[in-house]
Amino acid sequence: MSDIKTKEPLIRIIKRDRASFGYKVWVRAAAIILALIVDAVFIYSVTGLNPLAVYGVMFNGTFMTSIRFSWAMRDLVTLLCIGIALAPAFKMRFWNIGAEGQVLMGGLATALVMVKCGASLPTPVLFLVMFLTSVIAGGLWGFIPAVFKAYWNTNETLFTLMMNYVATSIVACMTNILRGKASSLGKLNMSTQVGWFPQFLGQRYNINILIVVILMFVMFFYLKYSKQGYEITVVGESENTARYAGINVKWVTIRTMIISGAICGLVGFLIVAGRDQTISTTSAGGNGFTAIIVAWLAKFNTFYMALISFLLIFLSKGAAEIASAYSLNDYAASIIEGVILFFILGSEFFINYKMIFRGSKKEVH
Amino acid sequence: MKKMCKKVVSLLLAAVMVLAMTAFASVVYAADGDSVEVDPNFKMGVILVGDETEGYSAAHIAGVKEAASELGLDDSQIIWKYKVPEDSSCYDAAIDLVGQGCSLVIGNSYGHQTYLVQVAQEYPDVTFVSMTGDFAAISGCENFKNAFTNIYESRYVSGVVAGLKLKEIMDDGTLTADTQPDSFDADGNVKIGYVGAFSYAEVVSGYTAFYLGVKSVVPNTVMEVKYTNSWFDIDKEGAAAEALIANGCVIIGQHADSTGAPAATQKLHDDGKICYSVGYNIDMLETAPTAALTSATNNWAVYYKHAIATVMGGGDLEQDWSAGYNDDAVGITELGESCAEGTADYVADVESKLKDGSLQVFDTSTFTVGGEEVTSAPVDLSFMDYTTDPATVVYQGETVEAIEDGHFAESTFRSAPYFTLRIDGITEDADAVE
Repeated sequence: MSDIKTKEPLIRIIKRDRASFGYKVWVRAAAIILALIVDAVFIYSVTGLNPLAVYGVMFNGTFMTSIRFSWAMRDLVTLLCIGIALAPAFKMRFWNIGAEGQVLMGGLATALVMVKCGASLPTPVLFLVMFLTSVIAGGLWGFIPAVFKAYWNTNETLFTLMMNYVATSIVACMTNILRGKASSLGKLNMSTQVGWFPQFLGQRYNINILIVVILMFVMFFYLKYSKQGYEITVVGESENTARYAGINVKWVTIRTMIISGAICGLVGFLIVAGRDQTISTTSAGGNGFTAIIVAWLAKFNTFYMALISFLLIFLSKGAAEIASAYSLNDYAASIIEGVILFFILGSEFFINYKMIFRGSKKEVH
Repeated sequence: MKKMCKKVVSLLLAAVMVLAMTAFASVVYAADGDSVEVDPNFKMGVILVGDETEGYSAAHIAGVKEAASELGLDDSQIIWKYKVPEDSSCYDAAIDLVGQGCSLVIGNSYGHQTYLVQVAQEYPDVTFVSMTGDFAAISGCENFKNAFTNIYESRYVSGVVAGLKLKEIMDDGTLTADTQPDSFDADGNVKIGYVGAFSYAEVVSGYTAFYLGVKSVVPNTVMEVKYTNSWFDIDKEGAAAEALIANGCVIIGQHADSTGAPAATQKLHDDGKICYSVGYNIDMLETAPTAALTSATNNWAVYYKHAIATVMGGGDLEQDWSAGYNDDAVGITELGESCAEGTADYVADVESKLKDGSLQVFDTSTFTVGGEEVTSAPVDLSFMDYTTDPATVVYQGETVEAIEDGHFAESTFRSAPYFTLRIDGITEDADAVE
């Protein structure tokens, strides 16, 4: 046998087994600092503004007044709740890109019940019906792609994505019918305020915050300690293993997607009854897509999800504030936001992988 | 000599002091003649549905900036909120502006009003204005206001400009039943067209005024209206203009915010069709140098100056503000090179008649409905919620008689237009353009 000499590559990338907590914190902090430096260069070279002043304004976006902070919390729970909804599906390696549509269907169901039954049902019953229809509508929007995936192995990424467009069109059509002769829909039940969440600690949306915090705990324990949560993990890791272990993969797929869609539908309910008191094609506001980042970055740990949601909301509020304070086009602010996100997502690479340089003394076995 | 020097120096010093004082406490005059001092603590917030890249909001931004600079307001006294959609983000934006110390908050889009009125109820010390809104006076909320210009007046004038062009090309034999047969109907009336956004009162009022302007010069005119079902859609507006011109329309008016219709008209004009465009909001001469005649525009600065000066001076704004030519709140843009000879003089005469009230746009002797002169036009000013079946009243308004002294009194019972009569000579296409 001839001795074949292979040239050692300059950099080898190997998977890191498990990064220590300290290392993770260090990498992420470094990512944020680097992002801020890159942003500072961008801000100064493009706008000529003092980057530190701009960061101060960015901070104001969330923290300047108590009402701003409470809005940040309100928007945070919307994003977080969709993240919670996506977690079981993604943990099962079912790429549910359809949260946006599931939220919209839930919201539309809520709005229709609010308008059509608002006058006839007593308030507690009305809220119950709004809740149930929203959960059913969202669940249905998750159930359809799940059945197709389970029985005919269709591509769930495309399927759920397309369902978004169907939902958006249905909502556009319904809002056009609802608004009648008016040129815009405005708040629903404006004169009676029927179906609006009551004020709780001064704000209607505080009920949203309460419900999502409860859900955060429930989902954490569901995924980590329940039998169904375990099944989801096994199906996600390997379908064959799951089958061998006697898990009904089809049923787990469908059940999990109904749960995922139903929680999205619930978000629609919270948005319409607790936050907006109206429905439009932009009610979900892109949160259905942003929540994918939330769920992934947090590795489906709902408490980390809350942290990441906070970071994303902080960034977007800050970006909007920069645009307003400096009369900048909001694209400039979005670039600042984008750079920070890019670095944070990029830092995951250094947490999951290790780079070995040629000639490095360290041996890895 | 020394004394002289001293005198000069003291005079100079006095002059400098006077200048300095006027610079620090500049006194300005509100539209109502009361002087208003610039209050350095005054702040106003502006909620815009778009930003400077979108014509409608750009006109409002320009108006606020002009008003602010005339009044001597500092840039830091105006807080802008760009791209605020007509949903609960408008509510948030308004609350946030109040939190930042604004005593005047303006929303520029119609759909902002249901959110602004809610904030207005929560903060009675702050004045909220919903531009183009229609229920301030009946909302029972005194610090909530509406404002709208009498844009129908300038649409009438832009119609006169178009009518003069029409008359010129018909008189000199350019446009006859032989040269462009499609442009005349069976009764020998000449056809004009109009690209409208939605079939709301605002648009109906506008196209009727435009038509009556044309008709005041060329009596035997008929008009076709095509809707786009969008306030801003370049492609649809272009397609609507093309369809109208294909039907024989010689003049294309518009109530939609893009340059789509003038661009399409210019293209067909270059291909040898006899067709001209009358725009809206902005000068269309850049888009359509030889096809554009003029555009009807709002001069928002007039209202903003009035509103800022009033609120800053501690006064109370009227709940419904509307003004037209008499306050220079509306106008037409520079006349294009294609305009008929003598247009400028003719227009100046019409404008002065509108100013002194001797000419009424909706004079009932100039139009008929179903062949009859209109003697009564009841208008219900209530604000309705159409989501419920039957529609429910959100704010109850009076039903008023709009015909007075031989004309339809537009924008007097409330600032937002309410003229919805479909007069003879105008046909609305049943289907919107695809």
